[in-house]
Amino acid sequence: MERLRHLMSPTDFTVEELDHLFDVAEDIRKNMADYAHKCDGKILATCFYEPSTRTRLSFESAMLRLGGKVLGFADGSNSSAAKGESVSDTIRVMSYYADICAMRHPKEGAPMVAAEKSLIPVINGGDGGHQHPTQTLTDLLTIRSLYGSLNNFTIGLCGDLKFGRTVHSLITALTRYENINYVFISPEELKVPSYIKEMLKAKNIPYKQVTTLEEVMPDLDILYMTRVQKERFFNEEDYVRLKDFYILDSQKMKLAKEKMFIMHPLPRVNEIAVEIDDDPRAAYFRQSEYGVFVRMALILTLLDMTDEHMNQGLLRHPGDM
Amino acid sequence: MLNVGKIEEGFVLDHIKAGKGMQIYRDLGLDKLDSTVAIIKNAHSDKMGKKDILKVECDVNALDLDIIAFLDHSITVNVIKDGEIIEKRALTLPKMIKNVIHCHNPRCITSIEQGLPHIFILTDEEKELYRCKYCEEKYKAKA
Ligand SMILES: [Zn+2]
Repeated sequence: MERLRHLMSPTDFTVEELDHLFDVAEDIRKNMADYAHKCDGKILATCFYEPSTRTRLSFESAMLRLGGKVLGFADGSNSSAAKGESVSDTIRVMSYYADICAMRHPKEGAPMVAAEKSLIPVINGGDGGHQHPTQTLTDLLTIRSLYGSLNNFTIGLCGDLKFGRTVHSLITALTRYENINYVFISPEELKVPSYIKEMLKAKNIPYKQVTTLEEVMPDLDILYMTRVQKERFFNEEDYVRLKDFYILDSQKMKLAKEKMFIMHPLPRVNEIAVEIDDDPRAAYFRQSEYGVFVRMALILTLLDMTDEHMNQGLLRHPGDM
Repeated sequence: MLNVGKIEEGFVLDHIKAGKGMQIYRDLGLDKLDSTVAIIKNAHSDKMGKKDILKVECDVNALDLDIIAFLDHSITVNVIKDGEIIEKRALTLPKMIKNVIHCHNPRCITSIEQGLPHIFILTDEEKELYRCKYCEEKYKAKA
């Protein structure tokens, strides 16, 4: 048997491996019906030690759409973890209940502990403020599919760039691709941390920091919005003063390229006005859809079930990528 | 200087910062060793004023001495054979350190998981930077 593979961090896979994963995801999108029984008889365990309904349902949807079944728990407080069972013990048992496991845990590194003891592939479904690789893979697939490439574009990241794990992971993952310009749009208080800037400098990757959306809007090919949370500010006045700068509305969208598209990890609160939802450039709901495709492709990849199917897909649709 | 007898075959860890000898003894796992070990405290040193010395009578290759490079750069390792120093061993930073230092990140799984070893990985050789294997938090030596 091949060595068991897990997904702990978005850069666990090489760029080539990711390309293959995204090819599978694209093939799934185009030929969904062909995949409906791919995982017949397989079980996905969702071990969520803290609730994250959207992430959990996305994993479950992915497995169900592959014909598999799901079991698990949605909140650590009701599970054996609450009785003091270690992650290592839980995963050893889960290894007999399921064929693959998605784990979310408030403690950083918990899925890696599970992976070390597991007999089945483990997917990190978010470990505290550390990693959330399937979100990053979702973002990469969305860009690749909607923009057409993971190279040669200008991406604006807007909102809370200081605490946003999603943004940091995406930037890190994108540094493996070519000719990408970064524009960081945030209030002073929520600027991107220095380690990110140092990483970009070390790789000679250009970036720009600004405080308003308007001044850079016309340059952007992709705009990645994030939530600006009230708790992040020292006082109410600062929050009230600043929050509107980072709300995307149709007025600001007039400045954007016709082909620009807007991403957001969801759930949103008010940082994207509802009026934009029907704009063809709004990509955040499709992003959730891609999140299911990429998790389907990931499940197949980790269960080592992709190649046979990919070949069929490629034979059926020569040149159609 | 107090002489604790020459060793015929083994190694001597010299230039240990005074007072750190016992810690090195434990970190190297010498307490679990079935050989003769001498710990010399506060020996005179022209260079350091005072120093600690460890004399160990066992095969130098039976122990992972690289951890010493992490614990204290100034320690020197003299390999002894037939009562003579035959080698001054150069040490390289270990790629991995297990259960010597602890992760202090309260959000790390090592803070709650029973029986989990504390493992640090050398992530930047130049900067001598170690990170927790699980949460990737940098290890900062306490001053
Ligand atoms: Zn840690």
